[in-house]
Amino acid sequence: MADLKMTDVAKAYGSVEVLSNINLEIGKGELIVFVGPSGCGKSTLLRMIAGLEKISGGTLEIGGQVVNDMPPAQRGIAMVFQSYALYPHMTVRDNMAFALKIARKSKDEIDKAIQNAARILQLEPYLDRLPKALSGGQRQRVAIGRSIVRDPKVYLFDEPLSNLDAALRVATRIEIAQLKESMPDSTMIYVTHDQIEAMTLASRIVVLAGGGISQVGTPLELYEKPQNEFVAQFIGSPAMNLLKGRIVGTGEQTTVEMEGGGKAVSHYPTTESDMGAEVNVGVRPEDFKETEGEDAIYRGTVDITEALGEVTLLYFEAKKGSEPQVIAKLLGIHAGLKGRTVRLTAEPKTVHLFRNGQSLLYR
Amino acid sequence: MSPVLQGLVTIVIGVASCVAYFFFSNMILDKVLFPPRGENAGRNINRANQWRPWLFMFPAMFVLGLYLVYPVVGSFWRSLFNRSGDEFVGLGNYAILFNSPEFQTAVFNNILWLIFVPAASTFLGLLAAQLTDDLKWGNIAKSLIFMPMAISFVGASLIWKFVYANDFDIGLINAIRGLFGAEEPIDLMQVPFWNNFFLMVILIWIQTGFAMVILSAALRGIPEETVEAAIIDGANPFQVFFKIKVPQVMSTIMVVWTTITVLVLKIFDIVYTMTGGNFGTEILPSYMMTFMFRDDGRATAVAIVIMVLTLPVLWWNIHNARKEMR
Repeated sequence: MADLKMTDVAKAYGSVEVLSNINLEIGKGELIVFVGPSGCGKSTLLRMIAGLEKISGGTLEIGGQVVNDMPPAQRGIAMVFQSYALYPHMTVRDNMAFALKIARKSKDEIDKAIQNAARILQLEPYLDRLPKALSGGQRQRVAIGRSIVRDPKVYLFDEPLSNLDAALRVATRIEIAQLKESMPDSTMIYVTHDQIEAMTLASRIVVLAGGGISQVGTPLELYEKPQNEFVAQFIGSPAMNLLKGRIVGTGEQTTVEMEGGGKAVSHYPTTESDMGAEVNVGVRPEDFKETEGEDAIYRGTVDITEALGEVTLLYFEAKKGSEPQVIAKLLGIHAGLKGRTVRLTAEPKTVHLFRNGQSLLYR
Repeated sequence: MSPVLQGLVTIVIGVASCVAYFFFSNMILDKVLFPPRGENAGRNINRANQWRPWLFMFPAMFVLGLYLVYPVVGSFWRSLFNRSGDEFVGLGNYAILFNSPEFQTAVFNNILWLIFVPAASTFLGLLAAQLTDDLKWGNIAKSLIFMPMAISFVGASLIWKFVYANDFDIGLINAIRGLFGAEEPIDLMQVPFWNNFFLMVILIWIQTGFAMVILSAALRGIPEETVEAAIIDGANPFQVFFKIKVPQVMSTIMVVWTTITVLVLKIFDIVYTMTGGNFGTEILPSYMMTFMFRDDGRATAVAIVIMVLTLPVLWWNIHNARKEMR
């Protein structure tokens, strides 16, 4: 049964529509990550679930109950804010107790809930400190603790790691993953713009773009079978290369004649009617291999190389002031490729085909 | 010479002599006293830099000393002499003061003022700041509430003289009483005890705007997320205001409170204009005014009492300002 269900949810500010046609079902115990570029409305969607923003259209159900007009406190949600939003004048203990005191819970109950949360988050030594006497990571844990004590149906995380430094971010990310594991029944919704967070934490990722959902799927589904060019380029770093071509062979495998010469073979099946269609061939940088053969998908002169040790990044057609057109990521160290002409190819199962921005796999 | 020209010349001379002071004093320091030459060049530069702050502080310290420290010491000295200033009476003036019923009334009334005016102004200001924040016409409301700040105390008193006038047709309060069927207008300034509060209302009317502006800025500085977190935690608007917002602006509230407290200790215009200190409305500054130029010994003694009363508030204020700076 879906723990949270959105049907045709929309958000408009006056006549400006920022989100529309959001249909999504989230099951109990899932960790859903909303990702998308800045301004795609992912935080707005989270705030609508929290009840901090009005829902302009459609219905939102939590635990089978429509909560569109229900105040946030009664929705059974708890939220962790990017800036922690701890009450600066209260001790850690009082921060966590606030919601329970408002709900007029008994003192014993409150103490028990706080002890439990403090134990899970290793906050016991800090209970009587003020937030300003805590480090960034500890503050974030208090913010999470404030959610845990309320025992909500759905946890909402709004970019919880973006205020932390890089090392702490990795540590806290792992902590959140462990926290999720220790509470298998809690549903979590997590907003981030960091795709590593999305890939590592999510049971399913929701990619938001252009005011709607671009694709929903497990992290590897999004990586291996992107529904459209946006998702293909958004997931994975560096982004997937897109090269123009024309279909010359159809069937179980598809052959594409590249605009710049050469041929690409993809595992995407096509039919007779696709013959001659203009498509974009998508190949991830890490799927490119150097080749000597004539059937290269791409050939070009290496403008820039970046040797990272385990991999070497090759940039092609990198004109000054513009993004490089093609990037390849080769395993190992490839010194001395700069300025040389390189032919690149890829396994058919890693070659994607897009027509008008949409994947040919989903039709 | 025409007054305009005279003014302009004064400004030019004043500014020019300031510039000249800083220019030449620094020049003397660098070129004559500690020249960066010879065998002590490095040491001289350091010493010149140690001296330089004093060059810049000297004018301010001199003026403050002349117009602030000297009068305080002088006043205290004068308060130890009799009416005409030719006979040393020790603490005699203070003894007479503390035994006079008028002085006791003034102290009592002043304490009432000190408690009531800052409390009411701060509370109403906080309320106005919060209530006008979300309103579309909040800024207009704010301007209206702030406007009395621009009126002098004497001007404000004149306005309120009309409000309190002993007449059904002129006095607003009496007009309202008339609506409810009162037969005779009353002179509100002669209502024992409560007339003190009618006077305080005038200062509250003036100071609420000040409190509102400062507190409104402080309220806007509260991170919005803490309010949202409280809403998610289930707090109702009252709880959000009193348990989340007010504690976060507490230091500003205290600053506003103490600032108004210090101001209250200096107020005499309102009492002086409205009642002249009659009908039991005397407060210390207006009490002082009744002796001024007639018995400077007692007047300065009152002044010293007022100053001593201000000290703890000032000390607290400075203490907090320093804490804030750290």
